[in-house]
Amino acid sequence: MLLTDTVSSDVKDVGNNSIKCHTPPLMGYLDQPPLTLHRTSYMHMNFCNEHNVPECVLSLGLPPVWTQSGSSSDVNVVSLLNCVYELLQLHRRGLQTVENMEMEQLKSSNSVDSLQLTITRLKEQLELAKRENTGLLERERQLQLKVKSLQNSLKSEKEEIHKLQNIVSSRASQYNHEMKRKERELNKLKERLNQLLVDKKEKRLAIDVSNKLGRADGKRSLWKTEKTVAKHEGEMYKTLLRDYESRQKELLLENAELRKVLKQMKKEMVAILSSRKPNVNGDKQDNGVDSDEEEEGIDSCKESVELFSVHAREKLTNGVRRQLKKLKTHVERLDSRVHLGGTIFCEDTENVPQDTSKEMGKLRLEARQCKDYIQKQQHLLQQKLSAQCEEETSAMLADCHMFQEKDCLRDEWKTLEGQRKSFERERRNFTEAAIRLSEERKTFEEERATWLKHQFLNSSPFADSKKPQSHCAFQTRDEGQYCFLISAVAEKEPSRASLPERAVTSPTPGCAPSVSSSTSDLLHTLSIICENRYMFLPVLW
Amino acid sequence: MNFSEVFKQSNHLCKISPDGKYLATCVQYRLVVRDVSTLQILNLYTCLDQISHMEWSSDSQFILCAMYKRALVQVWSLEQPDWHCKIDEGSIGLVASRWSPDGRHILNTTEFHLRITVWSLCTKAVSYIKNPKACHKGIDFSRDGCYMALAERRDCKDYVCVFVCDDWHLLRHFETETQDLAGLEWSPNGCVLAVWDSCLEYKVLLYSLDGRLLSTYSAYEWSLGVKCVAWSPSSQFLAIGSYDEKVRILNHITWKKIAQFEHPATVTSTKVVVYKEVEKRSAAGSEEHTLHNITMGSSLLSRRSKYEIHPAPVQMPVVRPDPDRANPKIGVSTLAFSSDSRYLATKNGQASRSPHVDHHVFDEQLSAALESAFRMLGGCAFLTADNMASVIWVWDMQKMSLEAVLEQTSAVRCFQWDPKRSRLAMCTGNTKVYLWTPTGCVSVEVPSDGGFQVQLLTWHCHGDPLILLGKEQLCLCYTNTGTEDK
Repeated sequence: MLLTDTVSSDVKDVGNNSIKCHTPPLMGYLDQPPLTLHRTSYMHMNFCNEHNVPECVLSLGLPPVWTQSGSSSDVNVVSLLNCVYELLQLHRRGLQTVENMEMEQLKSSNSVDSLQLTITRLKEQLELAKRENTGLLERERQLQLKVKSLQNSLKSEKEEIHKLQNIVSSRASQYNHEMKRKERELNKLKERLNQLLVDKKEKRLAIDVSNKLGRADGKRSLWKTEKTVAKHEGEMYKTLLRDYESRQKELLLENAELRKVLKQMKKEMVAILSSRKPNVNGDKQDNGVDSDEEEEGIDSCKESVELFSVHAREKLTNGVRRQLKKLKTHVERLDSRVHLGGTIFCEDTENVPQDTSKEMGKLRLEARQCKDYIQKQQHLLQQKLSAQCEEETSAMLADCHMFQEKDCLRDEWKTLEGQRKSFERERRNFTEAAIRLSEERKTFEEERATWLKHQFLNSSPFADSKKPQSHCAFQTRDEGQYCFLISAVAEKEPSRASLPERAVTSPTPGCAPSVSSSTSDLLHTLSIICENRYMFLPVLW
Repeated sequence: MNFSEVFKQSNHLCKISPDGKYLATCVQYRLVVRDVSTLQILNLYTCLDQISHMEWSSDSQFILCAMYKRALVQVWSLEQPDWHCKIDEGSIGLVASRWSPDGRHILNTTEFHLRITVWSLCTKAVSYIKNPKACHKGIDFSRDGCYMALAERRDCKDYVCVFVCDDWHLLRHFETETQDLAGLEWSPNGCVLAVWDSCLEYKVLLYSLDGRLLSTYSAYEWSLGVKCVAWSPSSQFLAIGSYDEKVRILNHITWKKIAQFEHPATVTSTKVVVYKEVEKRSAAGSEEHTLHNITMGSSLLSRRSKYEIHPAPVQMPVVRPDPDRANPKIGVSTLAFSSDSRYLATKNGQASRSPHVDHHVFDEQLSAALESAFRMLGGCAFLTADNMASVIWVWDMQKMSLEAVLEQTSAVRCFQWDPKRSRLAMCTGNTKVYLWTPTGCVSVEVPSDGGFQVQLLTWHCHGDPLILLGKEQLCLCYTNTGTEDK
């Protein structure tokens, strides 16, 4: 049973291995038996004959089916059957594995096919990509070339422009120069012509008036004197002055108009502000101050309309600025109030017309939906975030546990170390004690030897009968003790103990009368046992 | 609306005296003076040659007739038909002749702009002004007739001379900061002189009467610049039309730009009234009266036209000018303020000369002639037709915005404001006269047997009648019928 067990475990191992992995060494191992079998069929004579059957069986990895008894050999039928069964099992398993392997192969061939297909496809793709890449590279190169050419042309264009600009400017200057020259020539020619005409003393050049006319204004013409010149200057300046005066008048008129408009505006502003006052309760005080200041402004304005001094103008402009500022703040306040009012107004839907209220409702619904969405999103986001946090914390905690465990282990390790040390100490004590004991025994044996010597030396049977008896009793008791010890040890180590026991005991089964030999044997055994005991001590501990 | 009978005229020489009583017309070498109210001939003067220029003196007493080819000027008196005056410029030649504002001096510009000769009819004295600049508008008298500004070119630099017209005393003489001065113009109040540079540079300079530089304005650089300049009658605004198809308005206090009027190809504003002239040939001679159309006359061969109001946006007809040619037909070529300074009429684009009429020389003379006439009348506006030349833009100067757009079927040759009312008269070289008022727009057929093609028009200084000039004819158009006329 024990043997079959070991075999089956072996087979199991093999089976497990075959299922677990498909490594080549195993394949080799599996291939081996059929190969060897095959070989055996061919070389039957060579492999196995009558003499080497057990070796063959052993070499086949099967348990021995032979019991060799003397020269004849019997086949142990049970083990043979077992062997056959095992072989069959092995064979079946082998077939199964082969089947599995075939399946696997089929699968793998399929996968290989598909992989090849994908490989071809990928190759095609790669080809395509490569082609595209080359196309793109080509295009890029072309574009770069184009860019380069364009840059070149730009550069050349710029140069051209520069050149042309230079040409234009040089031509312009040249033309200007030429024109001036021509004009000078023309002037010279004109001069010459004039001179010639004057020199000719032309008769034709004349005025022929039947009788002289009076001046249009009826006055006589005056001689040109400094006085007339001064008069002309004066008249000119008079004209200019008149113009400026008229312009100033226009401006004054315009100013007056503008002032009027301003005044009116202010009045209207004050009216608006004051009419607003009783309606609003909250800003009563402010309004009062405002309107007071407005009035002040108006007053100053009134003054300024009459006064045309710089001071008045400053006052006016300042007043206007101040009031504008106030108006602005007021309008802003109104705006904010209108805004507030608007929100209040929204709540009270009765005043709102039907369709607008409907629309408002719709919008509000939409707003609420949107809000819900937002909240949901926020919630989800938070959840996600918290989950992440938990993971992190758990990892941290695990780490902590690890540390804790480590600490615990370290502590345990320490205690174990301490224990080990204490054990070591005890062992040492024990060995010391054992050494002491051995020494004591030695001394005792020496004592006994001396006693025995004495016994042999004083071998008179009648010298003292009591004394040896007591000694014997002690001895037997001692021996019995030792025997007990021996049996205890033998029980623990049967294989070791049995062989010498057998070897020793079997030849001398009944020779108790010979004491000396028995005691020497006993001593011998004892020494052996002692040796054994010493030998085994470390094992026991 | 009534029309007078058709009279003969030549060279578009037809002018009403400044006092509004007489109408002078030139027919070849004869000068005919009529009474405006009766159209009876009062006087008939015979000149030595075909008259190329004719001008009334400021007191409506004398008429100047210039014969540029013979360098002759003849002056006739209305009160004393026997009196006469003849000025011979001799071999030095004559290119322009004009009255001084006092009506007793004549300024003759000689050929090549050698000099300006000032002849006095009172003393027979002659004086010369040397180096006048040959430019678009190199001479201008102030509205009150006191001062004359003259552009002068000397040592390749531009100067402005301000003369006192009374005794030709040189009041001021100063150099201007221009590359090539193109024109100068007094403000109507006579206190500010606007001077502008040639089109190569956008530059407008404003000088006080005493020669101080008040301000310089330049809207942009490098591109072609100023094309025309006009003062508002109130002297408040100076409108500058330029080659970038925009009009910029400067104010008279800071001399800064206060508005900019663009002439887009598409009018998108819904506040603008867009009148579009639509022609239709109708066999029937029945008269049609619509809200904005009163077609007058009974001509059988007429093509009736009326105005249609188009809702915005409206695409304007645009002709891209040839950029390689000099003086490109682009930019604001004409500006005219209404007499009350309320409206500004502009025309973006210039006449491209139609193949069947060669007006090159004619135009120059014409414009010179009209210029002087309009100066007398107080309003101004001239010629002609094109990159958007068939469109007149009317701007409201109070709102500083576009008021109306008038799209004609052909290029506008001439437009002028009524000197008394906000009323704009236009002609496009066909048989019709167009009138715009803030309340609406009308096109009127000129009744005549031979087909009267209106090429120019001038308002009487009192606002009525309107004188229409054909190629060799003239006709008066009375816009106020007896019932509404006071």
